[in-house]
Amino acid sequence: MANVELNFIVNDEPRNIIIDDRDSLADVLRNKLHLTSVKKGCEVGECGACTVLINGETFDSCIYLAIWAEGKEIRTLEGLMDEDGNISDIQQAFIDEAAVQCGFCTPGFIMSAMPILESDKEFTREEIKKHLSGNLCRCTGYENIINAIENVKKSRMNNQNI
Amino acid sequence: MYDIENIYQATSVKDAIEQLLAKPDALIIAGGSDILIKIHNGKLSGCSLVSIYGLDELRGISIDDDGSIKIGPLTSFSHITNDEIIKKHIPVLGEAVDQVGGPQIRNIGTIGGNISNGVTSADSASTLFALNAQLEITGIDGKRIIPISDYYIGPGKVVLKQGEILTAIYITKENYQGFTGCYIKYAMRNAMDIATLGCSVTCKLSEDKTKIEDVHLAYGVAGPVPMRCPETEKSIIDMAIDDEMFEKFGAMAMEEVNPRDSWRASKTLRLQLAKELSKRALKQAIIKSGGVL
Repeated sequence: MANVELNFIVNDEPRNIIIDDRDSLADVLRNKLHLTSVKKGCEVGECGACTVLINGETFDSCIYLAIWAEGKEIRTLEGLMDEDGNISDIQQAFIDEAAVQCGFCTPGFIMSAMPILESDKEFTREEIKKHLSGNLCRCTGYENIINAIENVKKSRMNNQNI
Repeated sequence: MYDIENIYQATSVKDAIEQLLAKPDALIIAGGSDILIKIHNGKLSGCSLVSIYGLDELRGISIDDDGSIKIGPLTSFSHITNDEIIKKHIPVLGEAVDQVGGPQIRNIGTIGGNISNGVTSADSASTLFALNAQLEITGIDGKRIIPISDYYIGPGKVVLKQGEILTAIYITKENYQGFTGCYIKYAMRNAMDIATLGCSVTCKLSEDKTKIEDVHLAYGVAGPVPMRCPETEKSIIDMAIDDEMFEKFGAMAMEEVNPRDSWRASKTLRLQLAKELSKRALKQAIIKSGGVL
């Protein structure tokens, strides 16, 4: 073990911190940067509650060594907030569609939805499901989660086409 | 925090090899989706690691002048699926690795790690067997290239010696040109599951598309390590595409495989799957080649 320096960008902000080289990225984001939207569920890469974006791709941060994040861009749910502290369209859609029950899986689901929402491509409901297949929810039965993502995807595509 | 005795981040292949030789009990970690889980559940707690995850020289897909496709072993499953060379020349491999775990696992998991941990259920392995992949292994004395059929020496064991690293996977032109393929993964769920049985077929049809000119059949979980079925392949070469040919293919495959009972599934179910999936995968491969059933 050793303490090492980590330089990376988290939610658009360059950060320079000292970490233990045995830390997972989830540990660093939660304990050092207090980004507690990153949930530790299974801690073995099965449930997706710790999903974050690393250079635009979804990763389970519980099974990603923090030392590997050197020089990379990380996004967590906290980064979706606008300058005035308002939540984003996808978070509002989760509320509107009752896609949240206990809420533990929600940040992970929303981060998994980001590549879909930020892509120029259209997605079928089946394709959306496939993109969410690494996230588990034990409360909602998934339908409302998929509805919320589908609604935001449609509205973002419509806005793009105007 | 992981229970790791020490971790070294290699800066080059040579550096990684030297570190591995200097620490005889150190393990290679690539994406870590197997190793970190084993550390978490105690099987590898207190281990010493050499991380090769940062070696970008081992990432990416390219095509050589002779038409060989080179796959960097650290290329993630999702990058293989989305790669233009793979989509154009060996779509079956991109489709196979798109069935691993879920999206997050396909972003961290590497094809080299998938075959180097030696498990029979690896979704990329059967297709790499069907494609006669050649593996480049680099050690302190240089490089050697071996066929993937010589890579596995037992469950969870590959030929890599301490201080050796898998540095490239090659698919030569004669193994993809004119071939089409299909991989079928049979599992209990559509995602986040391990194959009960995996079957990969690549085939080449005669010019008039009525006969099988060449066929490669490979399985995962049909034996202790991924395997080919050479006798089954030979038995249908030059046969016309008809029901008799499919029945022969399935029946022969069932004889040639060697699955076992496990908590996931019985040997009987796996034999039945070997028979059915070989036929289904061959049918799909033939359709993709423009053959008529």
